[in-house]
Amino acid sequence: DQVLRAVAGDEAQLALLRALGDQEELQVDFWRGPTKPGHPTDLRVPFRNLQAVKSFLEANGVAYSVMIEDVQELLNEEKRTMALSRRLQRSTDTFDFASYHTIEQIYEWMEQLVAEHPGLVTRLQIGQSYEKRPLYVLKFSTGGSGRPAIWLDTGIHSREWITQATGVWTANQIAKEYGKDPAVTAILDNMDIFFEIVTNPDGFAYTQTTNRMWRKTRSINAGSSCVGVDPNRNWDADFGGPGSSSNPCSETYHGPYAHSESEVRSIVDFILGHGNVKAVISIHSYSQMLMYPYGYKAEPAPDHQELDELAAKAVRDLAAVHGTRYTYGSISDTIYPAAGTTVDWAYDNGVKYSYTFELRDTGRYGFLLPASHIVPTATETWPALLDIMEHVLRHPY
Amino acid sequence: RSGSRMEAPQGRAAALATACLSYSRGGPGRALALRAVTAASAQDIDNVGRKYHLKLVLEDILDKDNIVNCTAEVLYHLGNTNAAPDVHFEIEGELKSTDEQDNTFYNRIRSLKEELVAQDIPDSHGNVPPEMEPIRALAQAAAGYVVWQNSTEDTQYHLAQIKHVRQVKRSDDYLEFDYMVLLHEFVSQEIIPWQMTVLWHPQHGVKVTQNSRQ
Repeated sequence: DQVLRAVAGDEAQLALLRALGDQEELQVDFWRGPTKPGHPTDLRVPFRNLQAVKSFLEANGVAYSVMIEDVQELLNEEKRTMALSRRLQRSTDTFDFASYHTIEQIYEWMEQLVAEHPGLVTRLQIGQSYEKRPLYVLKFSTGGSGRPAIWLDTGIHSREWITQATGVWTANQIAKEYGKDPAVTAILDNMDIFFEIVTNPDGFAYTQTTNRMWRKTRSINAGSSCVGVDPNRNWDADFGGPGSSSNPCSETYHGPYAHSESEVRSIVDFILGHGNVKAVISIHSYSQMLMYPYGYKAEPAPDHQELDELAAKAVRDLAAVHGTRYTYGSISDTIYPAAGTTVDWAYDNGVKYSYTFELRDTGRYGFLLPASHIVPTATETWPALLDIMEHVLRHPY
Repeated sequence: RSGSRMEAPQGRAAALATACLSYSRGGPGRALALRAVTAASAQDIDNVGRKYHLKLVLEDILDKDNIVNCTAEVLYHLGNTNAAPDVHFEIEGELKSTDEQDNTFYNRIRSLKEELVAQDIPDSHGNVPPEMEPIRALAQAAAGYVVWQNSTEDTQYHLAQIKHVRQVKRSDDYLEFDYMVLLHEFVSQEIIPWQMTVLWHPQHGVKVTQNSRQ
């Protein structure tokens, strides 16, 4: 059904509008009845009678416009909003952080977080995935304009489920602790945090519906039956170099060109557009490591001493929580040479504090980490993240 | 020391030594995992290859307090040989006996009316039904053999998941299982399906009689 707004120019037109309402077969329903010339009359008209009503109005020179294109659509939207607000009433206090969730559940939880922390948390969309899913980033900010910022991402490799789950817990923790924890408060009083939790939503959806071990994006590769690009080899940092593959069927396929993946390009554009990002922390699993650039070369990064000392401290503070042992060092020393990675790109684009975590475990469960590990993993990683963020705060550049 | 600098090749050699130890000492009642590398060094031997000297701490996942120290030597042969690396190890002290668990498992399987069949261990959420833990520990031990036979200095394998396991009835005393597993190779990040036929007996240990990359 449509709702038309008609305006009678004079008493004669007003009478015509009243007569329209009397014609039962047209089933016109006044939402706002005809009162005076010059005042709006709103009529709901079933689709099947729309043409007849419009022709009548036009033939008699009665001015009208379409107020509501489709009433049913509006009702559907309202139902959706109502259902959402019923869930909102449940609040982030009842969200089960100790379980793995679907994309839809995570996106809804984000809306709850934003609703509960107005003035601190907003949700931005920085782009769309290959399959047109929104790429959401949570922004934590207490104001200012273009403050120095910290970028965090989880889930760039979709099978690394502990990372998205840790991301949800951590984002909640940041929001909760502002105004309580002195470190979080100091950080957010001076800097902004941008947190992308589901960095590869297409891959994540695929791990839930089809293949739990899917790592890459889900982009179609021209001329190949194999799908997807490794989003952590797609960055413009020795793109195509060692540790990445030119074979579309490979798990480390770098893609046809740097930033070919919208999931990567969106972050590049965001960080470069922002212009004041001072740290990039990209979170993966598994193997319990904390690493800094470079992956694409063995030569130490100019800041490697400072980065190494900070990594040592973060790893110590992580271990203090549950005794979990991490190794640390440059990517190429600690794990393997890898070209085209997030942190190498960030570092070469002026982001000094570029780190990548590999969370639990060391291979016993690997990617299939039981949900009982989520909260312990997030809890132990938290002081390590704080160490890095505090260091960034105290060492402006 | 709560964290350490670790060079990747040493980590791979340590993982390989652990795989061999798993195959040698593992079974339905014991799943050995690497807890820590306390020392590691590499030595190039002219015309032979590279030898790693390692000091490792292993733990039994099924009994976390059961830890044991080992020394291991891993020699990766020079050139493109198909020869598996040479691995020698020495365990300090004794591993706790698993006779009781082994016999319980053995008797349970022998008395099943129908051959055991299962899939996805662990499942997507990391869950392993308690009665499947021995099946998984056995797979871990057997996979140690496959990993050893297929490792190079540039690879590191972990058993990612049992996709499917089927018991095969035998006329002798051995238990036989046909496993289809997924191995995760760390450097390439590939997930590789692998078939293994595994024999086990409480007194005779684990044997992989057949295996093939799928």
